[in-house]
This record gives sequence, structure tokens and C-alpha cells, in this order.
Amino acid sequence: MATSTEATPYTIVIGLEVHVQLLTETKLFCGCRNRFGDPPNTNVCPICLGMPGVLPVMNQKAFQLALRAAVALNCQIARFTKWDRKNYYYPDLPKNYQISQYDLPFSHDGYLEIPTADGGTKRVGIIRVHLEEDAGKLLHAERGGKSQVDLNRAGTPLLEIVTKPDMNSPAEARTFLEELRLLLRYLEVSDCNMQEGSLRCDANINLHVQHNGQTVATPIVEVKNMNSFKAVEAAMAYEARRQYEEWLRTGAKLGEVPKETRGWDENRAVTVSQRRKEEASDYRYFPEPDLVPVVVSEQMLQEVRSQIGEFPAQRRLRLAAEYGIPEYDARVIVELGKAFADYFEQFARGLENPKNASNWMLQDVQRTLNAKGWTIEQFPVRPEKLADLVSRIERREINTHAAREVFAEMIESGRDPGAIIAERGLTMVSDEQQLKAIVDQVLDENPKVLEDFKKKKGKKRKQVAGFVRGLIMRQTKGRADAALVERLVNEALVARTGVPLE
Amino acid sequence: MSGESLVGRTALEHLDALAKGELSARELVQAYLERIERFDGHVQAFLLVDADGAVKKAAEVDERRARGEPLGPLAGVPVAVKDVLCTEGQRTTCASRILENFIPPYDATVVRKLKEADAVLIGKTNMDEFAMGSSTENSAFQVTRNPWDLTRAPGGSSGGSAAAVAACFAPLAIGSDTGGSIRQPAALCGVVGLKPTYGRVSRYGLVAFASSLDQIGPFAFDVRDTALLLKVIAGHDPLDSTSVARSVPDYLACVEEPLEGLKVGVVREWLSEGVDPEVATAVRDAVAVYEKLGADVCDISLPHSKYGIPAYYIVAPAEASSNLARYDGVHYGYRAARYEDMIDMYCRTRAEGFGAEVKRRIMLGTYALSAGYYDAYYLKALKVRRVIREDFDRAFEQVDVIIGPTSPTPAFRLGERLADPLSMYLSDIYTVTANLAGIAGISLPCGFTQDGLPIGLQILAPPFEEERLLRAARMYERETEWHRRRADLQQAVAAVSKAG
Ligand SMILES: [Zn+2]
Repeated sequence: MATSTEATPYTIVIGLEVHVQLLTETKLFCGCRNRFGDPPNTNVCPICLGMPGVLPVMNQKAFQLALRAAVALNCQIARFTKWDRKNYYYPDLPKNYQISQYDLPFSHDGYLEIPTADGGTKRVGIIRVHLEEDAGKLLHAERGGKSQVDLNRAGTPLLEIVTKPDMNSPAEARTFLEELRLLLRYLEVSDCNMQEGSLRCDANINLHVQHNGQTVATPIVEVKNMNSFKAVEAAMAYEARRQYEEWLRTGAKLGEVPKETRGWDENRAVTVSQRRKEEASDYRYFPEPDLVPVVVSEQMLQEVRSQIGEFPAQRRLRLAAEYGIPEYDARVIVELGKAFADYFEQFARGLENPKNASNWMLQDVQRTLNAKGWTIEQFPVRPEKLADLVSRIERREINTHAAREVFAEMIESGRDPGAIIAERGLTMVSDEQQLKAIVDQVLDENPKVLEDFKKKKGKKRKQVAGFVRGLIMRQTKGRADAALVERLVNEALVARTGVPLE
Repeated sequence: MSGESLVGRTALEHLDALAKGELSARELVQAYLERIERFDGHVQAFLLVDADGAVKKAAEVDERRARGEPLGPLAGVPVAVKDVLCTEGQRTTCASRILENFIPPYDATVVRKLKEADAVLIGKTNMDEFAMGSSTENSAFQVTRNPWDLTRAPGGSSGGSAAAVAACFAPLAIGSDTGGSIRQPAALCGVVGLKPTYGRVSRYGLVAFASSLDQIGPFAFDVRDTALLLKVIAGHDPLDSTSVARSVPDYLACVEEPLEGLKVGVVREWLSEGVDPEVATAVRDAVAVYEKLGADVCDISLPHSKYGIPAYYIVAPAEASSNLARYDGVHYGYRAARYEDMIDMYCRTRAEGFGAEVKRRIMLGTYALSAGYYDAYYLKALKVRRVIREDFDRAFEQVDVIIGPTSPTPAFRLGERLADPLSMYLSDIYTVTANLAGIAGISLPCGFTQDGLPIGLQILAPPFEEERLLRAARMYERETEWHRRRADLQQAVAAVSKAG
């Protein structure tokens, strides 16, 4: 039995089919609200109910959002694209056909760059991105009861993204989804919430097994029912092991058996066979005669490109380079969204050392947002004000301890840092003579400290120095220049006891 | 004026009398309701007569006129509407069991426009189920008879609307034309029927048969009334993406102006084989009228028009198979009373709800779109569509309008073609090409057979040249009296009872 650390005698090949719901106000072909969580069948009209004689009218905003996503995925944009009907019967599909795109999707042949484990990047190819309408939801009753249909989701805009089989590990599949989510959230195309179903993912997976010096491909399996990124990773890992064991047992190769669909069982952490397709379903696609083809002009594309501005991956690199912050910090800042990154940049521009901005953003600001449940847009302190505060630390006007006190009051009252500092007398004490006098006074009053310093060794001796610094800070109400205090205390202790610091 | 002397006049005559105060809209609608009451039992043109609604609307028009308020262009004129157009709060069945009790919560755009024009919507007319047929015999509910001979079909699928005008149940009616469903019944019933260019009239609320071919159009006694009604219903509609944003000319204002130096093309293929000799003679006589008027008449060829019927019977059923998929018993309409499971519910609902011709076309269309057959059938049919359009484009480089017979025969006997779908399909041999090409066409009376059956002349014009079409038609109409003849229902009823 191979252990997980041993190299496997096969390569995993994974392609993903991802559906994301677009963040539009209204549905794709009617004026109904596009919103999750409303009471069943409240966001419906004759058009999305598929009543006789009604006609679809394309939502321009949805098409623009779709274009934005495709451009960001480096896709070729078709200048002429049309709609097709995908015919199949199901009660959540009121017309019994779905308006989708078949042979002329609005975009194709793109890629998404994802970071690799070794610190590099890898391109995952995108075969096509197309726009289609979503179906409603069946609410299955308990045994014996009747099923019900909620058509609030019917006709909402859905983007289908099909990747090339370019991912070679479960972790890569997960990373791809994380990068895709970052991109689409950053661009405000979709909120990509797998639990709410605004991002859904199916995977095609097989193995290329090294056998007697040859590469053998195992049958491709489609895996469904994965409800989180973690589930995708786990299902892919399980499925790779299962396929390898099956190959060892049966030796079945790609093309020898009909394509199988398996569902991920989250509780048992296994995939379960659902069906084998003898042949591809016949959806009887044909051009949708109720809609006119869409012609994408250069002007439309320009507009979309200008809306996108900078891609998150680019921005990550630029933030690191331009502000000299660690790549890790840049990555986290961009992942927190466009608005968060915008805040960071405005904040950092007001500082001597932008690293202080990323520290404050990722610690104090982020902690506050989490505690209050705010987005950065709801954060009451404007970046210029925060820069005003933190630049005072840089100018040694106040120390970090005092700055945190001011920060807390700025969040509460929204007042300027200067006023708070003046009122509370928080200006830093950094006069060397003044501090030296305080150090001497404290040591005079605490002779036991000198005894301890002499007796103790190593770390313990340093702790004594720390204790003395604490006394000084208390004496100065936390306003003393911490670095200066440290030097003065160390010097005094060494001088008075005659033993070195360590 | 007595009721019987009122009915049979044109909408413009009514509008004139109403404007002059010679009669009220209530009196007018009452006259038509009496006529319907008296004769529709024999003709069976209507699936629904909305007497209360019609009288109420007429009264409202009268009151508003009395108060001197502005009124719409059809104020007080009764209009019959094919039961394929949705009417808010009023049963819309498409003559199908599957929609027998369907009440739409919305008006078709054309219905809305009629209401805004202050027309009096008098009722919903019979048709072939889902507009599939050429005799109106495929209605699930009743058989409409041709007012000129009650043993004959009125044509179809808008047979109820054509018969309603021919029987003087309404001066105006609305139909829909997918392969000839306005023009062919107009010809067989001796009235005028116009199929506008695809995109000229909004399809919103028209229950779809074949979306890329369907157009709504007017029926009337003459070309001027046709122009009046077309003006009301035409125009771009934001609810129909395939409707075209072009301004609507005032068709009526210019209809009397003859076209100088008109070039008329006569389709060689349509006057050779397969056409009834009496029909051919009437059409040749019509050509002679144009020559007499100084038109430049020449023969033209539409070499691919012979592929029109086969292409049509791929494209239309293909779209229909998808359009009619929604009638499944899940959300509205008929649902089978007993079923085992979901699939069984679908099967029984559709088996019980649809008639034979609808099922036949759903099967044809499903087959044509299936994997492995798509290229050979559907894609090929689209190519044929393109070459048929190119035939017309070439022809219209030489001539202004094309004329020929509307239907190869006059009205045929009820039941005569029911057993042989192919013979029924050939009723549309001269009309389908206009739908496949998306151009405008009109049928107007051009004579009668020895048996007293009307014959229709078809005129075709390039896309969005309805104005030219109407002016050319009016030039002919002014020289003839055919449009003044009315079916004598009393005699027709007597003839049937004598025979019976
Ligand atoms: Zn809706």
C-alpha cells in the first residue's frame, strides 16, 4: 500500500465546469428581481413562468457583467454571438427549454493564472465562457408528499465557465476555484457563494497511469454534488485513489466504458455512482428564434476593459513592488476585495513606510471589521485620517500603544487624531534627559530589581529589564518612546550592576 | 338604420357614421351581436363572444364621444381576434384542450394596441389547434364553415377570423400567418388578409407556433380597412426583440395614390402546374387589369419556391416542438387526471391535451432537431430559406411587386383533405415562401368560381414595403367590384338544410 508521501505512478487530470450567478438587479430575460432567499415564487412574472406567448428580452447589464468576466479570464470575445435553446423536460424549467449558448458562445479560449505550490504560477486554460438562464428549484417533500417548485431562480443569469483539463492535483483544482472566486468577487461579477449556490462546480477527472513504460488514460468520470471548495479537493483526492484502485483491478481504459457520473457524498466522504451515459444527452439545440444575435462592438469592449481596470493578479504584484510590502500581505489585501485594496492604497500613500499601512490594515483594521461585521465601505475612519494617525507614529510623535487608544476613539467618535492626542496628552516623551531622569528615579526606588538582575541569567535577566521598562511606561502613562526607553534602561542596569545584559 | 343594413359595411364607413352621429357604437355592436346570434350557430367562427365586454366598451366610447374627449382611430368598431392572441382575464385556448381553461394575466401587445385604439373586441375566433392547419378543422372544439358555402372549409389556420369578416360578424379581424394562415383563409373566404413583414408587428402575447415565421396581421373587406387596421397594430415593441424599430407610415393616408410606373412580376411557376384553372384565369384577368392601368408586367421566376413546403415543414415543426414543450401540466393548463409519476403525468397530459396534427408536428420537429438528423434536415432547411430569400431579392431588383394566386384552389369541402395531411400542406404552396423569406404579402378578392366561391390574388412586396403593397392592391381593387360582394348567409343556410 502506497503511503501519501510516496510518489504515485500516475498523473491526475482534472477539468472543471463552473456555474456562477451574476450580480444583476434583474433576471436575464425579464424584469423580475434576481435575489436569493425571498419567499418561494415571489420574484416571478409571465416571462420567467414560461406562459404562452410571452417573449424574452435580453438584460444588457447581465451581458456586460458576463463580458467583464470573460475579458478578465483573458478570453477571445466573439463579435457576433447568438442564443440557442437547450431542450429537456424538467419541472424546474417552465418552458422545458433553457435559453443558453451552443455553437457561438460569446467568449472562448482564455486562461486563468493560478499560484503553484513551489511559488510559481500556472495557466489553467478556459475553453469557453457562455451566458445562460438558470432553472428554478424543486423542493422535494418528505416521503409520500408532492414535490413543489420555486421559480424565483428561474431565468436568473448564469455564467458557465469550462476549463481545459489542466489541473493535475486536487489542490490545484481548489486553488483554481479560489483564484476564480477572487477574480469574480473583485470584479463584482458574482459573490461566488457555494453554500448559497451562486457558484456551482462539477469536475471531470481521470488518471494518466505509467504502466510498463507507457501512459494509459483511465475512463473520465464526472463528479457532481460538491458543495464547498474543500469538498472539491476531497472528492478529487478520493476519486483519484478510487480510479487507481479500479484500474489496478480492472485495467479499464478511456473509451472502453461509457462515461460515468458520480456524486460526492459529503458524510461518507466517498463518490457514489449515479449513472452511466450510453451516449451524450440529445438536447436538440437550435437557434433561439425569439432573440436577436448580439453584436459586440469595439466600443462595448473598451467600456468593459475600462471598468475592469487592473486585474487582481496584476494588482497583487504591483502592490508588492510599488509599496515594498511582503507578497503575502499584498495577496491578502487583494483577496479582501477591490474596495479593501483601494483603501490600503489611499492609506499607504499618506505614510513614510507603506509596510505600516499593511500591518495596520491586516491587524487593527481587519480585527475591527471582523468584530463589528463591517465591510471596508462601512468602516467609519477614512484612509487619510488613519494615515494622519499612523504617520504620527512614524514621526515619533506618539507611540504605537497610544496610537491604538486614539484609533479606538476615532472609530467611536470619528474625530481627528490630532485633537484626540492633544486632549488626552498622548504626545510621546522622547527627550533623552527627561527619560534618563525617570529611569534613575525608578531604579532608586526599586533596589530589589538590581538584585534580581544580578542573580538571574539569560532570558530571566532580560525579563527583569522588561519589567523595568513597564514601570517607566506606567510612570509616563504609556507615552514614552519605547525604543529609547529600552536603550536607557539597558544602559542603566548594566552600569549599576556591572553584569552584562545576557 | 336597421341592424341588417349596418353589418357588411366597412370599418371606415362605420367610423364615418359614428363621427357624424348617425349611429352610436352601442347600436353598431348590437347589430353585430344580433348577426352573430343569428348565424354563428351555422358558421361557428367564434370560440368566445364577449357580448358584455363589447357592449361596455361601446358604451364607454359613446360616453367619451358625447363628452367630446379624444378617441382612438378604431373607436367603436368591432374587431374579432384569433384565439391565439392572449387577452387579459379572458380565456385564450388556441383551440386546444391543453389550454381549454387558460386565462392569461396579460394582453398581447396587439390586443393592447386595439384597446388603446378604442376598438370593440367582440370575441375570440376559432382556428386550427395552435395555428397548425389550413382548414380550421384541427380545432379541438368546433368546425368553422365557409360563409359562401357552409359545406366547405374557410381555410386556416385563421379560418375563424376570415369567416367572421366574410359572415359580417365584424368588419375587422386579427389573424396570424405562419405559412399562409391569414392569406389562404382570406382567399377562401373572399376577404382581404395581410401578412406583414417579419418584425413589423409585435409577437408579444401571440402564442407561438413557429417563432421565426409567425406574424400577426389584419383581415378586412377591402384594402383601405386593411391599411387602417395595420397602422394600429404595427410598430416596434420593446417586449419583442424581433420587432423592428422602424417608423410606421400612415398606410391609410397614401393608399389611394397609384404607383407610377409600377413593375409587376408574375411568377411563372405558380401559374403552370397544380393550379385550379378557374383560379389561374382569375389571376390572369387581374394581371390584365394591371396592364390596363399602365403597369409594366413581366414574368419572373422563383426557382427555389418549390422547396418552400419541404423547408417549411422542417423549420416550423422544429420550432413548434420546442415552443409547445411548455404545455406539460406542471404550471398551468390541462393536466391529466390520473398518472403514476412525473414522466407519466407529462405523457398523459400531452397525449390527452393535444390533437393529432399537433402531435404529428411535434414528432416531425423533434425528429428534425435530433442528433444525427439536425444537419440533414434543420440546417438544410435553413439553407433553403436563404436561397428562397435570395430568389425574392433578385426578383425585387426587377419588379416592385410580385403577383400570383394565393391558394391553388378555391375553398375545398370539409373533411376532404383531413385524411391526407400532405394534400392539406399543399394548400400553402404559394404562401409559405413569404414567411420563409420574411417578406410582406396580401391576399385580396379577384373573382369567383362558377360555383360562387371566392378566389384570392396574392401580392408580395419586399420587407417593410407594406405601403407599396397596399397601394398596389388598392390600384387593382378600385378597378373591380369583387370586394363589395357579401356572402348571403340566409341562402347558404337554406342550401345546407335543403341538401340535408
Ligand atoms: Zn420574470
